[in-house]
Amino acid sequence: MAKVAWPEKGDRKILGSRIPRQDGPPKVTGTAKYSYDINRPDMLWGKLVTSPNAHAELISVDTSVAAAIPGVKAVWVDEELVGDELRYVGQVIACVAADTEEAAIEGAEKVKLQLKALEHQVADDDVALSSGRPSNKEQGNLDEGFAGADVVVEGEYGIAVITHCCLEPHGQVTEVKDGELHVWPSTQNVSRYANQFGDEIEIPQNKIHVDTQYMGGGFGSKFNIDKWGIIGAKLSQETGRPVKIMLDRKEELMIAGNRPSGFAKIKVGLQKDGLISAVDAEVWGSGGQGAFRAPPIPYVFTKVPNTRLVGKGIRTNRGGVRAWRAPNHPQGALLTMSAVDDAAAALGMDSLEFFMKNAALTDRPEVYREELQIAANIIGYRQKAHARGDSGSGPVKRGLGISMHTWGGRGHPSECDVTINSDGSVEAKIGSQDLGTGTRTCIAMVIAETLGLPYEAVTVHLGRNSYPQSGASGGSTTIGGISVSARRAATDALNDLLKTVAGRLGTTDDKLEASAGRIHQIEKAGGGVSWREACSMLGPNSITKRGINNPGESQQEGLISAGVGGVQIADVSVDVETGIVTMNEMVAVQDCGLIVNMKLAESQVYGALIMGITYALYEESIYDSKTGIMLNPDMEFYRLAGIKDVGDLKVHMMTGKGYDDRGIIGIGEPPAISPGAAISNAVANACGVRVPSLPLTPERVIAALQKGGDIA
Amino acid sequence: MNPFEYVAPSDLREASSLLGSRWGQTEVLAGGTDLVTSLKQGITKPKRLVSLKNIPELKRIQVKKNTVRIGAMVTLRDLAANATIQEEFPALVTAIDGIGSSQIINAGTVAGDLCQRPRCWYFRNGFGLLAEDNGDSLVRTGDNRYHAIFGNDGRALFVNASSLAPALIALQAEISIVGAAGREREINAGDLFQAPNNGEDREVALRANEIVSEIKLPRENMQNASYEVRHRHGLDWPYATASVALKIRSGIAREASVVLGHVAPTPWPAVAASNLLNGARVDASLAEAVGEAAARGAKPLSGNAYKVQMVKTAVKRALLAAANA
Ligand SMILES: Cc1cc2nc3c(=O)[nH]c(=O)nc-3n(C[C@H](O)[C@H](O)[C@H](O)COP(=O)(O)OP(=O)(O)OC[C@H]3O[C@@H](n4cnc5c(N)ncnc54)[C@H](O)[C@@H]3O)c2cc1C
Repeated sequence: MAKVAWPEKGDRKILGSRIPRQDGPPKVTGTAKYSYDINRPDMLWGKLVTSPNAHAELISVDTSVAAAIPGVKAVWVDEELVGDELRYVGQVIACVAADTEEAAIEGAEKVKLQLKALEHQVADDDVALSSGRPSNKEQGNLDEGFAGADVVVEGEYGIAVITHCCLEPHGQVTEVKDGELHVWPSTQNVSRYANQFGDEIEIPQNKIHVDTQYMGGGFGSKFNIDKWGIIGAKLSQETGRPVKIMLDRKEELMIAGNRPSGFAKIKVGLQKDGLISAVDAEVWGSGGQGAFRAPPIPYVFTKVPNTRLVGKGIRTNRGGVRAWRAPNHPQGALLTMSAVDDAAAALGMDSLEFFMKNAALTDRPEVYREELQIAANIIGYRQKAHARGDSGSGPVKRGLGISMHTWGGRGHPSECDVTINSDGSVEAKIGSQDLGTGTRTCIAMVIAETLGLPYEAVTVHLGRNSYPQSGASGGSTTIGGISVSARRAATDALNDLLKTVAGRLGTTDDKLEASAGRIHQIEKAGGGVSWREACSMLGPNSITKRGINNPGESQQEGLISAGVGGVQIADVSVDVETGIVTMNEMVAVQDCGLIVNMKLAESQVYGALIMGITYALYEESIYDSKTGIMLNPDMEFYRLAGIKDVGDLKVHMMTGKGYDDRGIIGIGEPPAISPGAAISNAVANACGVRVPSLPLTPERVIAALQKGGDIA
Repeated sequence: MNPFEYVAPSDLREASSLLGSRWGQTEVLAGGTDLVTSLKQGITKPKRLVSLKNIPELKRIQVKKNTVRIGAMVTLRDLAANATIQEEFPALVTAIDGIGSSQIINAGTVAGDLCQRPRCWYFRNGFGLLAEDNGDSLVRTGDNRYHAIFGNDGRALFVNASSLAPALIALQAEISIVGAAGREREINAGDLFQAPNNGEDREVALRANEIVSEIKLPRENMQNASYEVRHRHGLDWPYATASVALKIRSGIAREASVVLGHVAPTPWPAVAASNLLNGARVDASLAEAVGEAAARGAKPLSGNAYKVQMVKTAVKRALLAAANA
């Protein structure tokens, strides 16, 4: 009989190995079809008509000219918006469906909007603009905390609004045909997409077919059907033709999700020994439409005895907030780690020593200490480290910076069917999605491990809502969810098979196991019957079992858990005569419990580092206060790091005792949290002054150096 | 992008005759790396594109005794790969390498680089080249972090986007232009650029039906170099550049020319810096002083004072690189 518990280290055949992702070859060769690539016969192109104003009253919408353009087949207008307020540039008002993309664009341009401009507000960095009642969280006694401190340091820090900038923008192809709706959306949420049509469309959920085989990035911005999802269905219904609506880059950057900014005034008190005694933070910021939640400060150091966190939201006429890879943690990390590192520098304490010391104030001191040590060894900390600003006489200064982070990552509810066919073939069906993280590959690995088969023997079907439902891919919850549902299903299916085989072999199922492609007496590998032979005993039948991950239960059984730690150290160079920051090296040490696929886990971390370096050095959403428009809704000024910009990246995953035995934990988000903080600390270490706000562009670096009197 | 007619004549005269006499009616198409973006952004809506790709003589590099003659349609790749250019004109090679993108370097042409439209984000977002709203400059009161610190007294506040131009000007290049009825004229490279003061003119001092046909580069044994202040390593324009060309006899600089890029509506000759350099002994402290001189007279807008520091550094480093060459 097979057990659900994960195999011990020596018994793992496939789990933890470095199998390349299944989606690699199809993506490289172009056979992978993203939503953007789906073309249906007779398909129309939909182009959105959006608000040119940051704030205005929409008086009327005139579609007559647009509708008359050759090729234009239908124009949908959000009638509820007419007479109402538009609140940001890019807000969706209407959509034109046409035979060609060009006609749709021309049609959209010709939809006449009558607008009455209202005053707008797009600045997100000035606390004087905040409104509403501030949030307030206190712990301990601040006055005592600061009174007992030997060093008190106060500083201002900030991190800009960025967007998700998914390489594949949001959108979908929708086809309503014979009373059924087929949709190919770019979504992180296959199983809970159809229900989002709600009352907007009169097609029962069992006639809605969602299909997402490949998608080009979501990062938290693609859980919802979105207005364009509803519009696509309505236009398809109206015209009887499939409709493709994909946002263009400009729209993607303006309306598909903001990561809120965070600006803060932070006071830190340290004891002589470097231990943090008090943190007082006032934080403000905005993500545009949507509420502002104060990022956690002090981040990670949750056991600082005396703290206060005041949060003030700023309302701006910019697109909406959406979850961005570890919501609020990158902000919390940047603001906290900068402030405490400044305090350490004021005390004259080495950063590594400081973080080691203050690991005591975290939820997992041992993990952080171990990770700090490993990260320091990999980057050569002791050889390279120097006191802040003590970095030689040339114009190019080198420095190191540290940050630590945490995240939950417990597997979500998930269901998976595993089928063993009488010809020995094995397949899985699951309503999950592969965001490019390697979900398919990991499911196949878990099932192959369970059945004692080679990885190639398992076929995985996912990305359709007709399959057993599985959670949205957010919060780093996918790997835990799908691994357990797949494991349970495969275990149950195997146990059924063992029963059949036991009968034939004249033994009992509790004496059998599957390994290396055979079913045999326990610990008698190589004996018994081949997998194929065993399956042929099923006769005309196959076995299908459904595995369910109930997170609470699975956690109790030790299959999954939550709560990880990670440490990152950045090594940068700062040219103090030009303000240019260059990445030399970045080390990430990360814990995520039992690792299903080492290569894919590392890939997640590499990707997170690149994304993190991008928001640390280049990326920000810039709005013009006078016109209210986004000034950089393009890939030129909305800068992303290229391969030459990221330096040498090194990833170390924690494994073995104390890690593997925690079960599986998600990894998508945690490594994206620390890069901004680590890089900011490295820049401060290199050039001797804190550049208060991310991204660390040369204009900000020069301004900080000039303020510090380091250059004229 | 609006519908347009596309023509690709094989004769230069014919090409110019196919161009309209007013800007925007027609556009010259070279490699298209900038023009196609402009069409998509709707900042030009021509009725006709005149491609130069079928005109063979525009694609030649001719190395003569006293000059190198570079056809307008020579790609940036072919220019940077030319042995004479590599040996005698490193300032140009640096400017091309810095673009960082193989695709742009392979497709982009020399004249296209010189005539590329500014990157000003108000311009690219549809507010016009002068970026004015009811006569008020959006740039002056808005976000001008990437705008001009020199030559910004008038209405034009964008920066010229070409990195080749400052190097060509420092190297005393001349530019041949073919206009209506095949009429030819030749100008100094610096005279190709202007800061428009009305909504009609462009930033190149061409008529709408004129075509740049050739760049003539004198082979004067000038030591030369460019230094670019860049943030990203690819797919981006620099913040500021300096190109320096000079002769050094017994340690003393002569015939020196310092030209700045990306800091003014035109490539910006740093006259005071060139004057300070001429007749002086080239060393590190002179380089520092020349950098300071180049930055003097800058008039930063509200958000771009940091560029002054970049200018000083770029000039200093370009000069030291040229001197060591
Ligand atoms: C991401 C990116 C980064 C870049 N970075 C840099 C950089 O760092 N430095 C830099 O200098 N450039 C940079 N460029 C600009 C690039 O060099 C230009 O796009 C390219 O050189 C234009 O050449 P083209 O042949 O494609 O011109 P086109 O796009 O065909 O034309 C550009 C303009 O020039 C006009 N034109 C072209 N040829 C002629 C002619 N013979 N006579 C008259 N007018 C003509 C066209 O009408 C058009 O207005 C960058 C471009 C991109 C996209």
